[in-house]
Amino acid sequence: MPQNETIQDLGLDEYKYDFVAKTEPVFRAQKGLSEEVVRQISAHKEEPEWMLEYRLKALEVYNSKPMPKWGGDLDSLEAVLDEIYFYVRPQDQMERSWNDVPDEIKNTFEKLGIPEAERKVLAGVGAQYESEMVYHSLREEWAAQGVIFDSIEDGLKNHPELFREHFGTIIPMHDNKFAAMNAAVWSGGSFVYIPKGVSLDTPLQAYFRVNQERMGQFERTLIIIEEGAQAHYIEGCTAPVYSTESFHSGVIEIVVKKNARFRYTTIQNWSNNMYNLVTQRSMVHEGATMEWLDGNLGSKLTMKYPSCYLIGEGAHGEIMSIAYSGDGQHQDTGGKVVHVAPHTTSSIISKSISKGHGRSTYRGLCKVHKGAHHARSNVECDALLINDTSRTDTYPYIEIEEDDAHVGHEASVSKIGEEQLFYLESRGIAKDEAMAMIVRGFIEPIAKQLPLEYAVELNRLIEMEMEGSVG
Amino acid sequence: MSDPPILKIEGLEAKVTDEDLLILNGVDLEIGKGEVHAIMGPNGSGKSTLAKILAGHPGYTATSGTAEFLGKNLLELEVDERSRAGLFLAFQYPVDIPGVSIANFLRTAVQAHQPEGEELDIFDFSDILTERMELLEMDISFAERHVNDGCSGGEKKRNEILQMAMLMPKLAVMDETDSGLDIDALKIVSSGVNTLTEKDPDMSILLITHYQRLLDYIKPDRVHVMVDGRIVRSGGPEIALALEAEGYKDWRDANSIANSV
Repeated sequence: MPQNETIQDLGLDEYKYDFVAKTEPVFRAQKGLSEEVVRQISAHKEEPEWMLEYRLKALEVYNSKPMPKWGGDLDSLEAVLDEIYFYVRPQDQMERSWNDVPDEIKNTFEKLGIPEAERKVLAGVGAQYESEMVYHSLREEWAAQGVIFDSIEDGLKNHPELFREHFGTIIPMHDNKFAAMNAAVWSGGSFVYIPKGVSLDTPLQAYFRVNQERMGQFERTLIIIEEGAQAHYIEGCTAPVYSTESFHSGVIEIVVKKNARFRYTTIQNWSNNMYNLVTQRSMVHEGATMEWLDGNLGSKLTMKYPSCYLIGEGAHGEIMSIAYSGDGQHQDTGGKVVHVAPHTTSSIISKSISKGHGRSTYRGLCKVHKGAHHARSNVECDALLINDTSRTDTYPYIEIEEDDAHVGHEASVSKIGEEQLFYLESRGIAKDEAMAMIVRGFIEPIAKQLPLEYAVELNRLIEMEMEGSVG
Repeated sequence: MSDPPILKIEGLEAKVTDEDLLILNGVDLEIGKGEVHAIMGPNGSGKSTLAKILAGHPGYTATSGTAEFLGKNLLELEVDERSRAGLFLAFQYPVDIPGVSIANFLRTAVQAHQPEGEELDIFDFSDILTERMELLEMDISFAERHVNDGCSGGEKKRNEILQMAMLMPKLAVMDETDSGLDIDALKIVSSGVNTLTEKDPDMSILLITHYQRLLDYIKPDRVHVMVDGRIVRSGGPEIALALEAEGYKDWRDANSIANSV
């Protein structure tokens, strides 16, 4: 047996099976969403009664809300939802074998130069062992400072009061249909707590943790940054996430308390059949800073608008995003900044690239509530079109209830110009490479904010996407 | 036995790709190894079109005639292939590439010029870049700037010369390199070109210019006068001086007479 197959792969994890059998003797994943499924999930996770009630209530809310009529095309989504499994036990997920992974995905890993072990994790067919040593030593270091970095399930189990105090307060189940769905069936995700005054130099990478238990389709992440603390959390990676499922709906809740500073970086590259509908929101207290750095590649449709609610005086929110849409893809992304307190500042920088028949939409909200005097906000959205068939739209919503606010908005749409290509080619650079170079330059202001290895991967990915983009 | 010409153009006719009007009406030109040629002519005479046709700009199409570069049919090569074969075009209006550093751009270009399958060593590249920038008396920090984005006219032209220095072409076509430059910038750019031709005496240069003043700084071996899409006269540097004194009017008249005969 290959050494990176686990005992779970062979179905010999007796303890776990026994354990499951005690709580749910007839447990079996079902297609579609029902009360029974919700009860099974909660029972399987051995949750307290309040969480089961919460989930069931959320299911009602989900059923009561209509499908959104804005954003991307969700017409065929209902049929998709009837066919998916809303809960798959981790050990069942592991049973997929490397041979089942489509060649297209394998080739992409090959081209990206992703190490063998990592590929298997990404394809959901095994756990990575190489990073575990690193992870464990970091974990000890963090634990000594009182940092909690766990799965969301362990967060609920081991820190029930802290969990309950914040869970669902930033994104209530009533917020939107998919937030309600997530509240009903959430599974997987991170629980992060950074104590007062603790500053972490090393980013918390979900990647380390996810290896232990694979990310679910309904990930739920709760992050609490105490006063004066600083941290950076990184989620995802640029390699395509292979999934046999075609729906992902996450909820990310973040509280950044007084004078704290937090950055949440996500780069996601879903397979092209995926509906990716995510709600990400942060509450930013007095003098605190929250930064979202969000990269969206792949998927069939992504709807995702990271948001900052600036609720304390002098709070600052930043949203930087990159979206790439190829043939058959629609990235409907952007950001929301809501100024509630005085002297709050925010900025949104959004860059999208559309190729072939791809479509990118910028959708953003800048709201300044009454009382948020001296608020300042700047929004910049730039779209780059690669072909004549590519499409981009911009929907900037600006609502200002305070006279004394400065809100700026700039939007630009550019096409890769014949003159730019000719210039680069006239220096011996082949057309595909020239295209990739122009695109890399376009996203550089955001890419340079990424950790080096992510920036390198992102650049490689864009080069691949640009291959054959010309005639 | 003398070397064969680097560039040999015969009866070249060309037009704007989307239009019918001919801009080049049968150009003949031969440039030998290490020679400096200048083409002068009034606005609209077709001299910049000649530069673009040689480099392969998609907006222009050759309709007749031949252009042979180092024994290859230049007109059949892709734009990037022409560069790798040793042709360089210094742009009249260098193009902005936002977000791409000059160093990165140059490294990609120099890599593209390596033989198939050979990887450019990053340290070798860095050494060459430093050496060439010193040669051109440029501050090394300039390489961290973005390609032409936010650069002054003079900086853009110097960037062209730096690219030329990194690629060391067999033939550099300089399309109105002097346009928009004040006299100080003109001197710097000219001295850069002279430095490179001293470094490689085999390098040939085709200067395209409206004004004599560039030729005060880069001395041509041959001067050609282009009017209405053809070369109407060729000779030594003295032609340039005559043009400066008399203007293009007589040449234009002479050409129209020649055409009507």
